[in-house]
Amino acid sequence: MDLNDAVIDHLRQVAALPDLTGTRYELESEIGRGGMGVVYAARDRQLDRRVALKVLDSALAGEAQLIAHLEHPAIVPIYETGVLPDGRAFYAMKLVAGARLDQHLAGAPSLGERLRVLRRVGEALAFAHARGVIHRDIKPQNVMVGEFGEVYLMDWGVEAVAGTPAFRAPDDRLSQLSDVYGLGALLRFMLPASAPPALRAIADKAMRADPAVRYPDAPRLLADIERFQEGLAVEAWSEPLWHRLRRFASRNAVLLWLLAAYAGVKFLLFFLRNL
Amino acid sequence: MNKILAGLLFGLILGAIDGATAWFYPETHSMIGGILVGSSIKGMLVGLLSGWFAHKVQSTKWGIALGATLGLLFAFLVALMQHEHYLAIMMPGFVTGAIIGFLTQRTGAPSLAAKREA
Repeated sequence: MDLNDAVIDHLRQVAALPDLTGTRYELESEIGRGGMGVVYAARDRQLDRRVALKVLDSALAGEAQLIAHLEHPAIVPIYETGVLPDGRAFYAMKLVAGARLDQHLAGAPSLGERLRVLRRVGEALAFAHARGVIHRDIKPQNVMVGEFGEVYLMDWGVEAVAGTPAFRAPDDRLSQLSDVYGLGALLRFMLPASAPPALRAIADKAMRADPAVRYPDAPRLLADIERFQEGLAVEAWSEPLWHRLRRFASRNAVLLWLLAAYAGVKFLLFFLRNL
Repeated sequence: MNKILAGLLFGLILGAIDGATAWFYPETHSMIGGILVGSSIKGMLVGLLSGWFAHKVQSTKWGIALGATLGLLFAFLVALMQHEHYLAIMMPGFVTGAIIGFLTQRTGAPSLAAKREA
C-alpha cells in the first residue's frame, strides 16, 4: 500500500486523537481548540448522554479544579476529571447546544438581547471574582448562547493563558481589572453601529489603559448598564444637556402627555368660552 | 412614602392648581377661595382612592384609568351641585384624575402583595 499524502494526513489525525481507553467516554468529533487543549464531543457510555470532553495539552488539571469550584448558572458544570493513558489530563463537562457569541450576533439580535447576554457574562465574572478566580481570556468565542437563551462563559484561563490580543488588557499583571477590560472589549464588540453613546462610553471606561480609572469591578460596570436600561444617567458619560432633556422626556413620556392633555383641555375651554 | 399618603399629597396639590386656574375667569374671583378648597378636597378624595388602589394593584395603565374615572365622577358631582359648567368642570377633572392615578402608581412603596403580582 502506498503512503500518499492523504493517507499520511489521515494517520496524523488519528494519532492526534486522544486515547480514551479505560474511560467511560467514546469520542465523537472535535468541537474546537483553545489555548490549552482541544474540546471534543463525546458520549458517556455509563449515563448514555453526550458530553464535552476537554483534553489538555499537558498534565495540568488545575483548570478543571478551578471551574469545579464555580457553581453558577452561566458557568458550564464539570462532571468529571481524569488522566488519559498518555498522561494528558482531561475533564468532562456539559455539552452546550447553541451558538458561540460571534455566531449568535450574526443573527442581528436586538440591543436588549445583546445586553442581556453581556449581563449574564458579567454576572458569571463577578461570581468568579468574588471567589478569587479570574477568567483571563474573555472573547466572543468563549461565550456560548444556548438554544433556550442560556449563556455560558467558557474556557476559564489558567496561569499560562494570557488572553486574546483584541480583548486583552495592556496590564503588566493580570487581575480582576483585566477581566473588567475584557468585559468592556466584549461589550464594544457586541454593540451595533447604531448603539447609543452612553453604551460606548461604558465600554470605553472599562477599556481604559490605566486600570485605576476603569470600573473597579464587574458589578459596577453591570450597574452602569442597568442604569442605561432604566433610562438613567450612566457613570461613564457626562451627557450634554439636550441629551439629558431627551432622556427625561422619554422616561416621563406618559406624564408629559397627561400634562399636555391638561393644558390642551384648559386652552380649549378658555378659547371656546371666548368665541 | 406610602402610596395613600402620596395620593393625598398629589391630590391636594393638583386639585389646588386645577382650582386656581379658575382665576382666568373673572366671574369666579369672588368665590375663588371656595373653588380652591372644593377642588383640593376633590383632588384629595381621588388621590386617596387612587393611592389605595395603587397600594393593592401595581399597574400604571389601570391606575390612570381609575384616576380618570374617579376624577370624572367627582367633577360630575361638583357640576351637578352647580347645575352648570359641566364641560368646564368635568374635562379638567378627568385629566387631573388621570395624572393623580399615574403619580400614585409611580411613587410611594407598593404593598408586598402588589409587588408579588407585578
